[in-house]
Amino acid sequence: MKILTGNDLRSGAVVWWNGTGWSLFVDDAVDAGDDSEEILAREEAARRVNVPYAIDASIDAAGHVRPAHIKDRVRALGPTVRRDLAVPTADRTGWDWVI
Amino acid sequence: MYQYDSYDQAMVDARVEEFRDQARRRMEGRLSEDQFKPLRLMNGLYLQLHAYMLRVAIPYGTLNARQMEALADIAEKYDRGYGHFTTRQNIQYNWIKLEDAADALADLARHEMHAIQTSGNCIRNISADHFAGAAADEVTDPRPYAELLRQWSSFHPEFTHLPRKFKFCVIAAEKDRAAMRLHDIGIRIVKRDGAVGAQFYVGGGMGRTPIIAPLVRDFVAVDQLITYAEAALRVYNRYGRRDNKYKARIKILVHELGAAEYTRQVEEEFAHLLSVGVEPPREELARIAEYFAPPAFHHPSESWDLEQLQSKAAGDPSFRWDDGFGLWVRRNTHPHKAPGYVSAVISLKPVGGIPGDATADQMRIVARLAREYSFDELRVMHTQNLLLPHVRIADLPAIWAALDAAGLAAPNMDTIEDIIACPGLDYCSLANARSIPLAQRISERFAETGRTEVVGELKLKISGCINACGHHHAGHIGILGVDRKGTENYQLSLGGSEAEDVSLAKITGPGFDEDGVIAAVETVTDVYLGARADGERFIDTYRRIGMEPFKEALYG
Amino acid sequence: MVESRDLGTSPDEVQFRFRDDEPVDHGTVTVDSCCDQTNATAVRIEPGDDARLLLPFLDRLALVEVNFPAFTDGRGYSAARILREAGYTGELRAVGDVLIDQLSHMRRCGFDSFAPDKRLDEGDAARAFATWDNVYQRAADTRRTIADKRHEA
Repeated sequence: MKILTGNDLRSGAVVWWNGTGWSLFVDDAVDAGDDSEEILAREEAARRVNVPYAIDASIDAAGHVRPAHIKDRVRALGPTVRRDLAVPTADRTGWDWVI
Repeated sequence: MYQYDSYDQAMVDARVEEFRDQARRRMEGRLSEDQFKPLRLMNGLYLQLHAYMLRVAIPYGTLNARQMEALADIAEKYDRGYGHFTTRQNIQYNWIKLEDAADALADLARHEMHAIQTSGNCIRNISADHFAGAAADEVTDPRPYAELLRQWSSFHPEFTHLPRKFKFCVIAAEKDRAAMRLHDIGIRIVKRDGAVGAQFYVGGGMGRTPIIAPLVRDFVAVDQLITYAEAALRVYNRYGRRDNKYKARIKILVHELGAAEYTRQVEEEFAHLLSVGVEPPREELARIAEYFAPPAFHHPSESWDLEQLQSKAAGDPSFRWDDGFGLWVRRNTHPHKAPGYVSAVISLKPVGGIPGDATADQMRIVARLAREYSFDELRVMHTQNLLLPHVRIADLPAIWAALDAAGLAAPNMDTIEDIIACPGLDYCSLANARSIPLAQRISERFAETGRTEVVGELKLKISGCINACGHHHAGHIGILGVDRKGTENYQLSLGGSEAEDVSLAKITGPGFDEDGVIAAVETVTDVYLGARADGERFIDTYRRIGMEPFKEALYG
Repeated sequence: MVESRDLGTSPDEVQFRFRDDEPVDHGTVTVDSCCDQTNATAVRIEPGDDARLLLPFLDRLALVEVNFPAFTDGRGYSAARILREAGYTGELRAVGDVLIDQLSHMRRCGFDSFAPDKRLDEGDAARAFATWDNVYQRAADTRRTIADKRHEA
């Protein structure tokens, strides 16, 4: 699936397109499919999110959204060397797949 | 150290307000990201993987206790309680919000600091020998020249849209402790027949095309320093490549023209600019230099020398000489020009730690020690450590005890644990692989096996991508992280040095995965230990025996 | 008039001008043409042009336009200073991708008129021109630098 991500304009926080807005949690990301380009253009123009882009992702057996590339997996969780600063999510299995 | 006058203060204050206005226009949607990006970059604000990152300039790595405390306060007020000291003597905050950035800059300005030109295609923060003003072997303190350059380069109207970024480094000793020849312009202050002048090395750098800067002029009179720099920059601004960002640094221009032709063009521009008159008045350098007058060192009779320290410690267990203090004194102190004094390195490389990171509390402890024991002066070293430049040998026991209690007394300067590592894929949007976990695991491995001491001086440097922020080209051992089909892979290189014996490392062969490269580092140190002659450092043995034995052990 | 203009900006397109003389109202020629023609009084410099080729002709030039196709290309700043350092006193016009945040530096390099592709907000521009009370470097303007002021008798 294709999901959309970027950084919030004001805070810089990593955000994910949830179908109606931008969420801090990768698990909220929805498949934007063929609408990706249109949503990206609209959201960039609305100046809410910095340089949003589409990436490949999948959903694992437990229902967690897993970005395909290592860089976006690190973005989804936080620095691997500072797990105390991780994005606050109930998904404790994330660190098993990030690298 | 230098103090702002009302002019300097007004400049940084005006810049804060200018940026506040720019950020406002961005948040109101009146600037696109394409338009805003170069403006925020000129103020040190990047967008990284997880958030905005603010890079604060610490000119020539010098700051006082109050400034370090201000950095600690910013870490807590606007960030997550820590900062990261970099190879260019700056500090980076990883979690700054755009809406807070102008306030953070205003706090910096109140303490005579700024983030001006810490990014963008302009003249960046001027770096210098971290032992400046203290080292026993320096000709003179290089920092007045660095400050003169700082002021000249700040908001330079002609040079804010150069082909690419531009880094100066100033030293004043034969020994190079600042990677001088791996800068766009490296300046060595020298004395000839009693006259002070500057050697200009132009066109060095790391990145994807590492080049050692050639000497372009052996002596520029000190009252023509700015004019020569202006000429060197103008030739670059006019003729540096702008068609390909990977070929846009001045090193490519100098390389493609040849050093002789580049020099000829600079000399021509220099002669012209001398007739125009762009040099600051002579009195300005003298005014600046007064701020760098040596502190009032105590008479040697009020301190000890290192032998006295050792003999006192031998008779008194409270010194804990064998419990870490002795090793720390041996490894982490540096000879000082004043008798009875040394410079003391505060390692930000605890075993298993993140190279260069310091918490707000640690910054405050360091600030207190500077105030109490080092004439209110601190340095950021290009090795991502901190330094108390002027401490009495007699005060070392108290300093070490305080550092030890704060987790800041790792006795590992210039050892394999003293690793330079860029933030890598844990933080950086350019990175292809993580750097920090490698540094953590290698330092743990060598500390556990006790081999740190056996191996001695060994400079290991790790970059998470080809941009080489971790100086891997200049490591005795260098590691470069690459992306191999979506997984992290690491190339090993050997034989680099950024010191006065500057050389560029060569790649050993095919890359390794994370476990593999850690094992490979152990393998090459095995080869070294097996082959070294008396007194040889790793780099000396490598230069004597060459790459083959290492390759054989790694891939044979 | 505008139809006959092959190259260059018209006075109507100039948004900011710091001169009292009448603006030149005809097209500019390229640097090459300027060096070949003996009567050209207005010329346009592109980023790759060598401004020093114009030095023999400065007496007859009344307008030099310096084009910034992209604001990130800073060669025009050097071109401007080189002309002023050689004594050029005619109009020096920055044209193209000229943005608010470049105005004060351009002014210091000797530009005295500005014809941005996209008109700039007047208030933002006024603020930008007035940003710096003091300056660190000598440049093409006649302002005394901070260092000069520190050491005046």
